[in-house]
Amino acid sequence: MLTRRLTLLAAGLALVAATFSWAGPRAAFLVAIGLGFGLVLEGLRFGFAGPWRTVVAERDARGLVAQLLAIGATAAVALPLLAAAPGELAGAHAPVGFAMILGAFVFGMAMQVVMGCGSGTLVNAGSGNLVGLVALLGFIAGSFAGTLHLDFWTGLGTLPVITVQGVAGDGGGLLLTLAALGLIGYAAASRADPGKRLPPLRLWVAAGLIAALALLNLVVAGQPWGIVYGLGLWGAKVAEAGGADLAATAYWASAANAERLSASLLTDVTSLTNIGLIFGAFLAMRWRRSPDAPAAALTASSWAFVLLAGIILGYSARMAFGCNVGAFFSGISTGSLHGWVWFAAAFGGSLLGLRLRGLVLVPRRPAQVEGVA
Amino acid sequence: MNTPTAPARPKIGLVALALIAAIVSLDLLRADPVDPFSVPPPSALGSGQAPSGAHCSAG
Repeated sequence: MLTRRLTLLAAGLALVAATFSWAGPRAAFLVAIGLGFGLVLEGLRFGFAGPWRTVVAERDARGLVAQLLAIGATAAVALPLLAAAPGELAGAHAPVGFAMILGAFVFGMAMQVVMGCGSGTLVNAGSGNLVGLVALLGFIAGSFAGTLHLDFWTGLGTLPVITVQGVAGDGGGLLLTLAALGLIGYAAASRADPGKRLPPLRLWVAAGLIAALALLNLVVAGQPWGIVYGLGLWGAKVAEAGGADLAATAYWASAANAERLSASLLTDVTSLTNIGLIFGAFLAMRWRRSPDAPAAALTASSWAFVLLAGIILGYSARMAFGCNVGAFFSGISTGSLHGWVWFAAAFGGSLLGLRLRGLVLVPRRPAQVEGVA
Repeated sequence: MNTPTAPARPKIGLVALALIAAIVSLDLLRADPVDPFSVPPPSALGSGQAPSGAHCSAG
């Protein structure tokens, strides 16, 4: 056990050192931050999709309250930082629009089908969940496909970008954000069963660590924690390698995206934290004395649904200007109205997804495994 | 009769890492190499440089 853990520690350090040698100190810091996200999310069981299910299905608000605590702690530092360094740091600010709301609703639905959101899919894949790995393949393809149609979706109509600090000033925006998070947390806890209202110590620690890592991400990268951009970029890289000409597409022809497409993945901040996150989840899974039981095998049609749900997750996250991380967590914690609208729409979709999950994920029966008709 | 399960988690986790390694390797072969003398400063805060704008929230 000790040898295995020392090996895991060495592997994590080797990843950071290799990134440093290839792409410099900022890239190495970002991979290390991603490793931290993976270790905390998998090691302390901090999730997004699961708590959204339990708050509805089991009247258990502990996970959701922990999410709100993490977002509030991040906002308390991020909003003053953004005000102090507007030329160096940017928030996750995006416009509210028809497609954004539809995308968030569909994302919320799909994330309950595969029981994994943006970060959850990466964590599940890294921690050895085959559903997560299949969903990740779909997520990469879907978020890339979403980039090809984003101009159509945004053309359906969007409001200007609205931020709480733009509406109420820097101090007022922070107070509004914390008050709204507190109100939602209070409402969720009030509805929960006794004993399921306040997070256990594990989730308090996890929320604090996630907030600290998100702030480090903002300071080092200059922009908040995100997931989807990196996955879409990975899909674009693979498509280009397969002969696709993306220069003619509106999204990849824009200066910022064209630069990312031609530059190394090791210079893309979101890709770096994604890589670290998957590796960190793997390390956390292998650190345990015995890994969790493998997921139940599914029927062939259920695997097809998981792949499809992954594609839908990626595509809808691109429509919605982010997933539970880029839009919900980072949007709200940096003051964007779209983060709040995303939360409401995705929560509605999640309610529908909870009903669908049992219909589309069917465990394989023993007789089928043994080839007995 | 036991319920059938997917392959063990460590194996699937290694497959996930191999997938990432394959994507990064493919990219290293095709993308512009990183110039070690023009990498960004360790931290964006205090660098005087604007962020890249390559984020999920950007259109």
